[in-house]
Amino acid sequence: MAPKLPPHHSLQHSSTTATAGGQVHDDHDHHPQPRGIMRWLLTTNHKEIGSLYLIFSLIMFFVGGIFALVVRAELFQPGLNLINPEFFNQMTTMHGLIMVFAAVMPAFTGLANWMIPLQIGAPDMALPRLNNFSFWLLPVAFILLLSTLLMPGGGPNFGWTFYAPLSTTYAPPSTTFFILSLHIAGVSSILGAINIVATILNMRAPGMRMMDMPLFVWTWLITAFLLIAVMPVLAGVITMMLMDINFGTSFFDAAGGGDPVLFQHLFWFFGHPEVYIMILPAFGIVSAIIPCFARKRLFGYASMVYATASIAVLSFLVWAHHMFVVGLPLAAELFFMYTTMLIAVPTGVKVFNWITTLFRGSITFEVPMLFALAFVVLFTIGGFSGLMLAIAPADFQYHDTYFVVAHFHYVLVPGAVFSIMAAVYFWLPKWTGHYPSEILGKWHFWLSVIGVNLTFFPMHFSGLAGMPRRIPDYALQFADFNLVSSLGAFLFGFSQLIFVWVIIKCVRGGVKAPAKAWDGAEDLEWTVPSPAPLHTFETPPDFKPVQH
Amino acid sequence: MNPVQRTVFRSVLVLIGMFAFAFALVPLYDVFCRITGVNGKVDERAQSLISEEVDQSRWVTVQFITRSGSGLPWILDVEQRQVRVHPGQPTEIDFVFTNRSGVAQSGRAVPSVSPSRASRHLRKVNCFCFEEQRLEAGERIELPLVFQLTRDLPEDVNTVTLVYTLYPVDEDKAQLQAQAAPAPGGDA
Repeated sequence: MAPKLPPHHSLQHSSTTATAGGQVHDDHDHHPQPRGIMRWLLTTNHKEIGSLYLIFSLIMFFVGGIFALVVRAELFQPGLNLINPEFFNQMTTMHGLIMVFAAVMPAFTGLANWMIPLQIGAPDMALPRLNNFSFWLLPVAFILLLSTLLMPGGGPNFGWTFYAPLSTTYAPPSTTFFILSLHIAGVSSILGAINIVATILNMRAPGMRMMDMPLFVWTWLITAFLLIAVMPVLAGVITMMLMDINFGTSFFDAAGGGDPVLFQHLFWFFGHPEVYIMILPAFGIVSAIIPCFARKRLFGYASMVYATASIAVLSFLVWAHHMFVVGLPLAAELFFMYTTMLIAVPTGVKVFNWITTLFRGSITFEVPMLFALAFVVLFTIGGFSGLMLAIAPADFQYHDTYFVVAHFHYVLVPGAVFSIMAAVYFWLPKWTGHYPSEILGKWHFWLSVIGVNLTFFPMHFSGLAGMPRRIPDYALQFADFNLVSSLGAFLFGFSQLIFVWVIIKCVRGGVKAPAKAWDGAEDLEWTVPSPAPLHTFETPPDFKPVQH
Repeated sequence: MNPVQRTVFRSVLVLIGMFAFAFALVPLYDVFCRITGVNGKVDERAQSLISEEVDQSRWVTVQFITRSGSGLPWILDVEQRQVRVHPGQPTEIDFVFTNRSGVAQSGRAVPSVSPSRASRHLRKVNCFCFEEQRLEAGERIELPLVFQLTRDLPEDVNTVTLVYTLYPVDEDKAQLQAQAAPAPGGDA
């Protein structure tokens, strides 16, 4: 698939621009560019690596999507119809793991690779070789993870949260491979995060202060700090699991003096910041798109930065709201309930700022804007159901029901995934030099919005009525809701093929885009030609800070 | 060191710190639970009886739940599933261990108290759970639990549940521990 990559066109540009600004990129000029597969294996160019990340994540989005459709097909009707429960468990687990670690996170890292150097006026990432390494760890990690499905005893079947002792004492033999693959993916994210921090802190164009950076850069800086802080905790947890399984320790085994609840504390100490890792860059994307198509400056730039930072800080203080039913003391239930609700304040600031940016703007509804607006509305719905779940006594009823599934899919699918799609439509002209097809894009948007809501909205009702999650069968009264959910899931899944079509079409040709592809686009990336040449900003741009 | 190297160096320090922190949380969590009594963890040493006046005006129900963990074909039974006691009153209950398998094995009953707030007010003077048991094939033994609920047990706690879960003990380790540290007795 390598030859189909978006920056195909950039290769021709590279020869001219690379020699033009010769002294910065010495080693690029003296050695001939490797060709074919070696070009992609050895590339240290942030744009090519960004494209690799994005394409990898798109493929994994479809793999994870197929797993989801297997789950929805089984749940189409009550009874055990298509697959056996053991395989159902593997499908729910793999769907979660692939979507979180192989689809959403690499997509954001890919966008960061492509856009952060362009948005801060840097010639490349600070550590280009490390960048190459962090990408190529990912296919290794996830091929290993997917291969566990073919191993005797099957793949991981304990849910993406891999609670001990399900993932230790009762786990399939392939769990050691699962741990290794997660370690590799974790190393990849950590290296990517270090690279992003090093780039943002050291390589901004002269004159660009921290408070002049575009919000996508800001949100990614904070996300990268979160990654550096919590991925080691995940690595620690899975190392403890590994030792429990293979070396006879008992971190999570009550028989040896350990405690399974400790696993949940450690996991969610990682897990809650992790969910913000998947949403903060989305906030940055939406904060770039909405002002662009409303043709106004973003309202409350500074408050956006502070809101993002406070969400990041709070994310370390709320982890036990995932564990309200493990038997926490009353004081802890109250503490985590209040801190969780507190997160609604900075999030509310953000939603307020987006709406105020729209207020009296001259808005046009191009596809990126449609996705961004859907993000604001649907993410807010997910936020509200999150507030319901934050109420500890109410959570005793909602815990482990489809209400939870509805909540986190609303924040992750029309939240994180829609923001990634918005970003792709927004920046495709910069990547390929062509506008993506508006008509196809609108078909993709509307079918996705309808599909997402058909899939996940009924889950609120089945969850409130008591349908438990992660079970392959259900009581008859949930049949109608599940039928609608399954139909919606297939609609959403298949309409993503339009997305692929749009991208391929856009890479091959289309209406030519100028450097400033959108009317209201402001940031530095719109000052370089479309498509962006392989090497940009080899001499630092003349940056004029805008008054926010 | 150039600025990029400095940033990377600092990030890696944070990284190593957080990895160590994850492991440090294991003992910290244990200590935290033991001090606060959260999570139903109780002191695994014998405690002395407090001679305080028995609060005749108040009844507390104490329930016993016994469970066999995996891998140990034993049965743990209790003579009474439920007793009603006054705070301050020492009570003795007998538990019966039966090894239903054909081989001698060692096992240990791990206690947990619910609600966890009560765990600090439960004093165990003598408990089979302080040490491991070794039962010959088919052997049956009776072991006592002597406990006392202190009078400062919170007013709204009317039922205290003690759960004992049986776990197998690795033979070699069991002998080593038995030789090394005999379970300390109470200083009653």
